[in-house]
Amino acid sequence: MVLIPDVIFYMLIFFTVYVQVFFFVTLLENRKKIVVRSGKIELDHYPAVTIVVPSFNEEKTVYKTIRSLLNLDYPKDKVKIFLVDDGSTDGTWNIMKHFEKYPNIKIFHKENGGKYTALNLGLEHMETDFFGGLDADSIAHPESLIRIMSCFEKDPSIMAVAPSVTVDNPRNFIQNAQRAEYHMGVYLKKMLGFLGAINVTPGPLTIFRKRVFDNLGPYRHGHNTEDMEIAYRMQKNRYKIEHCHDAYVYTNIPKTIEKLYKQRLRWIYGFINNTIDYRSILFRKKYGNFSIFTLPMGIISIFSVSYLFGRIIYNLGDFLYSKILVLNTIGFHFTTKIFHFDTFFLNAQAFIFLVILIYFLIIFSMIFGRKMAEGKWSFSFNMLYFFPVFSIIAPFWLLKAVYNTLLRKKPTWR
Amino acid sequence: MNTIDWKKYLIVFLITTGLFLIASYLSNYFGNQKIDQLKSIQDKIAINILSSETQFALLSESSCKNVSGSVLSAELDELGSKLEWGQKNLGATDEVSYLKKYYSLLQIKDYLLMKKISERCKVKSAFILYFYTTAENCSECEKESLVLSSLRDKYPELRVYSFDYSIDLSAVKALLQIYKIKDTELPALVLDDELLTGFHSIEELEFRVKESFKLQEIKPEEIKK
Repeated sequence: MVLIPDVIFYMLIFFTVYVQVFFFVTLLENRKKIVVRSGKIELDHYPAVTIVVPSFNEEKTVYKTIRSLLNLDYPKDKVKIFLVDDGSTDGTWNIMKHFEKYPNIKIFHKENGGKYTALNLGLEHMETDFFGGLDADSIAHPESLIRIMSCFEKDPSIMAVAPSVTVDNPRNFIQNAQRAEYHMGVYLKKMLGFLGAINVTPGPLTIFRKRVFDNLGPYRHGHNTEDMEIAYRMQKNRYKIEHCHDAYVYTNIPKTIEKLYKQRLRWIYGFINNTIDYRSILFRKKYGNFSIFTLPMGIISIFSVSYLFGRIIYNLGDFLYSKILVLNTIGFHFTTKIFHFDTFFLNAQAFIFLVILIYFLIIFSMIFGRKMAEGKWSFSFNMLYFFPVFSIIAPFWLLKAVYNTLLRKKPTWR
Repeated sequence: MNTIDWKKYLIVFLITTGLFLIASYLSNYFGNQKIDQLKSIQDKIAINILSSETQFALLSESSCKNVSGSVLSAELDELGSKLEWGQKNLGATDEVSYLKKYYSLLQIKDYLLMKKISERCKVKSAFILYFYTTAENCSECEKESLVLSSLRDKYPELRVYSFDYSIDLSAVKALLQIYKIKDTELPALVLDDELLTGFHSIEELEFRVKESFKLQEIKPEEIKK
């Protein structure tokens, strides 16, 4: 007898395998295009770029962020740095004032209005043809900007270039799990880049052509994910977004589960609500892979995680119930039988093999992402942390984001 | 830009389908191996029972020393638990239900033989025939199974034979007729030819099993008188 839950289960596994294979095939198609440049490069022209550092209570990290911008391997007079203090209540403003003396740095202080307002302030004062932000918790690699600008030089139709965001110095297992995830993220972003289907232009050092904002307007609130909203808007207007895999930006990641939960809740909430706002471009051929692949993939993954979570809870409940039944019926007793392992009892249902395949493909994507981000092929056991951390906690922020959407509750930034 | 490569979507679909076919092939392959394993255990048990029966017939009453029946119990238990697992996880295929019939038959044969041996050779033992159902949700049956397997762990001389009420096997139907068991009264137990229906707690059954052992201990003395 075929049960409906099993049919749903296998359909979700089918989609998951499909997505992973899709990425893998994309990689095989484009493998020759992935070259990691290790040395310095030169451009024909060095167009001026404005980089805004929007900060709200970032006194611990903003100094290093600004330093990394000053150390960029790019003509100093071509990098205009705007430091925007978005109404911080800590020492952020004092740190910014130290940098006032630099000729290419301008500092701004405004009332707190959210990250997108800080970015928009930068847009208002911009006089260059290129614009980017750098979150005040991130550090740019010295070669990052020039590598990004080389992408613009190669292809004038490119409207924005996203860097590879990775993690520099993970301290605990939560951060190690995230690092593995960021490596996977580099791989996924590269593949989405090949597909022309990038859905986030990350806050850390995505560079845009000025025309993007001239034509499409400034940043919007975007449900606290303004870097996702602008990418959606660009996709809707069929603006090309590219990923420059060897432009590295190191970002600070949450140290605790609680902070990770808040961050991800905001991201997923942003995904759900931006997707709802831009639902008109779903499954429309003219919006390309973004509309046919990226968005449906995100929606299905939310369903999958919720469904699998329900299934796990059900199985756990079933298991506990059977244990309680044993306890109630025959009391507490130690069996005298010695447990011996018998391969007969190993589950050999079809989904087991598929789940193993999915795990392998995910680990492969982490290893490949790491290769792009750090230039070496290596497997680390830290990658395995990803599975317990994310499979246990992810359902909670996911379901909470769905719940918040239904009740129209907006999650806070931190 | 923004062109969709439909061919790629199709190719990926075919690859994914191929992977699913491979997975289900592997699953079938291992499933069949498990069924083969079950078959070979059953064949072994069948030979053992047949051999014990023959040995018993040949030696008749002359000697009880050479009759070995107790080895079978553990094997039958193992087969039982594997069959139960197989029914849950391999799906109720024809092969599994065929194996289950065979298993029931082996249990009856073992029961008859062990009863004879214990009577004639005065082996300390107790027998429980246990009838349950899988046709409907029977929570009492689940509980009773737990009680019985716990008791069996505690008393190796206790032999429990379990039968699915709804099994389509004439030998089991004969048992049902002999003890007048109805499907409304499941779970049902037969201990020392006495029919017990509904759930019976571990304390109660333990008491009855001990009584059954005692009866056997008295018997030899009575015979002497």
